[in-house]
Amino acid sequence: MSPNVLALLPEIILTITGVLVMVAEPVLPAGQSRKPLGVLAILGTLAAGFASWYQLGFGTIHAYFNTIQVDSFSVFFHLLIAAIVLVTLLSSLDYFEGHASHAGEYFALTLFGATGMMLMTCSVELLMVFVGLEISSISTYILAGFRKGQASATESSIKYFLLGSFATAFFLYGIALAFGSTGSTRIDVISQNLASTATPTLALLSLALIIIGIGFKVSAAPFHVWTPDVYQGAPAPVVGLMSTAPKAAAFAVLLRILFSGFPSYEPRWASLIWIIAALSMTVGNLGALLQRDVKRMLAYSSIAHAGYLLVAYTAFPADGIASACFYTAAYAAMNVGAFTVITQIGGYRENVRTIEDYSGLALKRPVLAAVLGFFLLSLIGIPFTGGFFGKFYVFSAALHAGHVWLAVIGLLNSGIACFYYLRLLASLYSRRPAIEDNLFDGITVTLPAALALTITAAATLLLGIAPNQVLSLAQRSAAATAPGSANSTTNASR
Amino acid sequence: MAMHNYPYIWNYLPLVLQILVALGLACGMVGASFFIGKHKNSRTKAGAYECGMDPVGDARGRFSVRFYMVAMLFILFDVEAVFMLPWAVIFRRLPQITGSKMFGFYEMLVYLGFVAVGLFYVWKKGILDWSAEKGDL
Amino acid sequence: MQLALFIIFGLLAVAGAINFLLQRHPINSALSLIVVMMSLAVLYWSLGAEFLAAAQVIVYSGAVMVLFVFVVMLLNAGEEERTHGSRAAYFAGIPGATAIFCLLSFVFLTNGKAFGSTDLINHLTHTTNNIAEISQVLFRDLLLPFEVTSVLILVAILGAVVLARKEQ
Repeated sequence: MSPNVLALLPEIILTITGVLVMVAEPVLPAGQSRKPLGVLAILGTLAAGFASWYQLGFGTIHAYFNTIQVDSFSVFFHLLIAAIVLVTLLSSLDYFEGHASHAGEYFALTLFGATGMMLMTCSVELLMVFVGLEISSISTYILAGFRKGQASATESSIKYFLLGSFATAFFLYGIALAFGSTGSTRIDVISQNLASTATPTLALLSLALIIIGIGFKVSAAPFHVWTPDVYQGAPAPVVGLMSTAPKAAAFAVLLRILFSGFPSYEPRWASLIWIIAALSMTVGNLGALLQRDVKRMLAYSSIAHAGYLLVAYTAFPADGIASACFYTAAYAAMNVGAFTVITQIGGYRENVRTIEDYSGLALKRPVLAAVLGFFLLSLIGIPFTGGFFGKFYVFSAALHAGHVWLAVIGLLNSGIACFYYLRLLASLYSRRPAIEDNLFDGITVTLPAALALTITAAATLLLGIAPNQVLSLAQRSAAATAPGSANSTTNASR
Repeated sequence: MAMHNYPYIWNYLPLVLQILVALGLACGMVGASFFIGKHKNSRTKAGAYECGMDPVGDARGRFSVRFYMVAMLFILFDVEAVFMLPWAVIFRRLPQITGSKMFGFYEMLVYLGFVAVGLFYVWKKGILDWSAEKGDL
Repeated sequence: MQLALFIIFGLLAVAGAINFLLQRHPINSALSLIVVMMSLAVLYWSLGAEFLAAAQVIVYSGAVMVLFVFVVMLLNAGEEERTHGSRAAYFAGIPGATAIFCLLSFVFLTNGKAFGSTDLINHLTHTTNNIAEISQVLFRDLLLPFEVTSVLILVAILGAVVLARKEQ
């Protein structure tokens, strides 16, 4: 197989599946169920996941005139994104049944979006990253507005689109200034030319703009304002997807840019990231305390988790990358899991919204309540869950790097976070005031959704009791991106 | 092509000339008719003309959503067409640039293949179908 | 010559942008946006980016503006109603925008010397073909971003259909 095909095998598979879904959609009769297309999408995602796994055996692959670099770092994020998309597709396979919505387009957009996210994680050329970012963002803007009947869905889509495009513009401006200062848009060449650039201020400014752009995408404070409204209005399975997969891709891009593009500017960007991380954790957790709507609460919680994740970035050498990779995986497992449960409980109409609405769930649907409770415990960071080890690695990495105060702020915030997660948990297990007792009667957990729940719960549990497998993959990927090793591989290829 | 090293902007001298001629012609025609012609404004002449009927209602009526769809799709295919221009300009030199005889051709084939999928989708969805029985989308 | 073009069309672009914000009728705003787009095209052209200028005219001043005008017509939008806007826009937005503007200008002005200068008029001759140079980059070094743009267009087509069309 030529390196050009091999390097993009997962993306090619996903794109072809997406195209097949897109071609089949209008050919199927209008009234017919779109479930077969969903099954096709699931198979394509599985194949793409296996293709990434297969790439692992080839070491570092450079392709397409050095715009693509497939290494264990990109494979790690490819697998993560494939898993998130797989779970999302499983949980939303029956979501649109019986509702007049563009289910076929939904599957196609999810697949194309996944292609964009995967391209972001394996490209070392900022323009390629930009195109991947655009594909993933535009797909998610559209997915956010899929429940067209609701005004809140349209609001969600438009807000996401406007602020997201604004963020992409910042990112693009950053790329342009980086080119102006270093004469290249390739991450490795940027890092080489930085030493001799005549305009270091401009390079710093470009880095700041890139961080702002990515900050919007990962909803880190102070660039988080869109998050609660968008998450509230978007369909629950889509929120599960967009709170994890595009963020994972954006975090991967930020890791590559900071750690292999601008390693020599570490003291400067580390302080910027320090502030953003501390602010995100605090704003996210304090904001979540005030929320009554569960999706809004989880939106603020995702802001806080972006903050925890950014803490890892301040631990500059390989330590930071490994813990950031691990945290991304753990956060993805529990967050997608939580939203899968919410999808099942709320259904297409999403009539179960506030924390009070969830009261008494444990009596009616004990298993669903237990699974949701487990994800909430993991989001808190209780031992034997993925969330615990994620936080543990991140904070110990920060301590090793000497950022004691940031770790303290993080731990304080984890304490605050207990309140709102436990409030929802208590509500699940409380007695329900017998007013609208039929709220949970319509819940039917289908087989694919049960499978999705099993996958996420198992992943969260496994990351909590046996993290070594994922951690070793994370450390391998760290080795691929760490400043020293990245240069040696690229030099060999040139 | 002659290898004179004259400045870049000079290439556009014909364009400037054409703009000047067009402007002059248009202004000249309007100006000439303004100065030479007679002006007799009557009430009927100044009134709006709409197929012999008196104009009714607001000029900014609502448009069908079809126009909107067509405008959006036009942008997308327009963007695609813009990318073909540079390809066509250096088509003959592509083998030399890419280092392979047919590679440049396949590049565009793949690209157009994707766009063709988009066209197929739009067509089959009936977006381009303007017949009345399809309703207002 | 180039400086004259820059000053004329740069000012025109800024004036168009300000007018765009101040106009109360959406159609007038859309028309002043055309002025901005065309002035930018002239600026690109005066810098030697012929292809970019052409693309700017075709895509932005042509297709995108057609869509804007359609939307204004479709919504039957009348004159905007003046609201007082949100407080946040006044207290954070305006100082924020000013700060970013000042920061960018400061960096460009201080770094201006380090960039050096080229005389574009003498550098660009008709022997160097801008479109050919762009094509070399587009079809070789940046081949993949170019190809992937087609996927982006597919996503946009799907989005247009999903968001604008009723499901039967």
